[in-house]
Amino acid sequence: MARPEPPPAVANGVSATPPGSAAAQDAIVDAREVHYSIGGRVIFSGVTLQVRRGRITAVMGPSGTGKTTLLRLITAQAIPDSGQLLVWGRDVSKLRSREVFAMRRRMGMLFQNGALLTDLDVFENVAFPLREHAHLTESLIRDIVLTKLNAVGLRGAAHLMPAELSGGMARRVALARAIVMDPELLIYDEPFVGLDPIALGVILRLIQKMNEALGITSIVVSHDVKELATIAHDSYLISEGRVVASGTPQELSEGGSPIVKQFMSGSPDGPVPFHYPAPDLCAQLLEGAGE
Amino acid sequence: MTEQTRASPAAAAGAPGGGSSPAGPEPVRAPRRIARPGTITAGLARIGGTSIFAVRLVAACAPALARPSLIVQQIYNAGARSLIIIMLSGLFTGMVLGLQGAYLLSRFGSENLLGVAAALSLLRELGPVLTSLLFAGRAGTALTSEIGLMRATDQLTAIEMMAVDPMKYVAAPRFLGGFIAMPLLTAVFNIIGLFGAQLIGVWERGIDPGAFWSQMQSSVVFRDVGEGIAKSLVFGFVVSLIAVYEGYHSEPTAEGVGLATTRTVVASSVLTLLLDYMLTAAFM
Repeated sequence: MARPEPPPAVANGVSATPPGSAAAQDAIVDAREVHYSIGGRVIFSGVTLQVRRGRITAVMGPSGTGKTTLLRLITAQAIPDSGQLLVWGRDVSKLRSREVFAMRRRMGMLFQNGALLTDLDVFENVAFPLREHAHLTESLIRDIVLTKLNAVGLRGAAHLMPAELSGGMARRVALARAIVMDPELLIYDEPFVGLDPIALGVILRLIQKMNEALGITSIVVSHDVKELATIAHDSYLISEGRVVASGTPQELSEGGSPIVKQFMSGSPDGPVPFHYPAPDLCAQLLEGAGE
Repeated sequence: MTEQTRASPAAAAGAPGGGSSPAGPEPVRAPRRIARPGTITAGLARIGGTSIFAVRLVAACAPALARPSLIVQQIYNAGARSLIIIMLSGLFTGMVLGLQGAYLLSRFGSENLLGVAAALSLLRELGPVLTSLLFAGRAGTALTSEIGLMRATDQLTAIEMMAVDPMKYVAAPRFLGGFIAMPLLTAVFNIIGLFGAQLIGVWERGIDPGAFWSQMQSSVVFRDVGEGIAKSLVFGFVVSLIAVYEGYHSEPTAEGVGLATTRTVVASSVLTLLLDYMLTAAFM
């Protein structure tokens, strides 16, 4: 499958794609100048990005930049203070409860910690959305669940309870649960954390395969630049509440801005501080020496 | 600027986050306390919040009835798993009633009325009240901590993200389980309590068993039983509501869940005693 056309590269948080353009019309998620704060703390101050149909979009950025919060906005768990956030062309801030649920039925989400239901075994966790939404026979549910579990390599663990799984296994089960309804949009929140290299490779190939074979649109939030570069069509780098760069992973790797260079190279030195704001270490140590 | 959240029932439920980022794990969806605990404003906000939650919960009960297996499971969790503590407490309460009652009545030469005294005490007061207090400590805390942990581990958010309303799938079945289990446990408490009173009165104090039971049969009327049933239903509603509410709105941290559990016991106990007085006065 040919790689789709990448989004126009931007810098300094300038609008990635003008509203009304072909890219914007093809966007499943279209965020325009989204502002969002929590308790007076500004998380986003004008985020603009598009997630285009049938593509894998990577959202990257240093810790604390609100990548998970962005997913919460997209899934209507919270609403922006201002700006416009369209999902499938509908403004999420104007959706009614029933419409939010209808929208979520078209999505699958993989949580950082898996978020498996602890009173259900692995099989029932994966079967949960099917039992709630699809009126299928028990044998068909069984076949679908086993197929999905097989895809993540855990068909043999169907009888285990979540407490018996490792962190990586739990996330793979959660992935099986996220794809069991064959969603149009899959959202991954840090899918690679805690996975061993084999499982990581399997998950990477699975994300790619689902995109290529089924045309599933994916949003992947992750720190793992190298892994994302192998599968993502588009990528956005968020820092200090704004999109500071976008383009293909290749373009970001060759990006010119110091923030992009620092993030892509993993350097501790650069515009993104490694340390949380604090007084000078020597001064602070000497301050307590006299006590 | 305060955070905006969707005002729908479902949206008010989720506990988002789980993120490693500072922006991620905040307890966004739980309704915030309007003022510091201990103030009048906070108390009123709490009463208002609980009332609104109660309306939503009752509204969610009808759809929850479509999942009878979930309700049966919760009746088992709240009821069957509380049986041992209820039976033991009922037995010892009845034995104490037998001892005290026999001692007191013997001073007036009315030992044969022990059965009546024990039955009325248990059916009208001790059964419903003690069962409610024990239920709050055993099943209420379990409900609160279970739901609180579901919030802390993003399970409620995951349920929402699967387009299922946690009020209908999580809260309502647990509430109904507690509400149904309470009168059943009260009945068990009363039966075992009467057995304990008879054990001491008849076997140890030598009261005639015929007099013990016949006096009870002739003096206890349906109104006495009805008062106990009404109290147990009210207590079941209130204690289950508080337990589910506190769990649902707990902060998604270990400390938050612990505090919510404590609040469940305290609020349930105080309200049980307060409502007991009000109901007793109403039935007089």
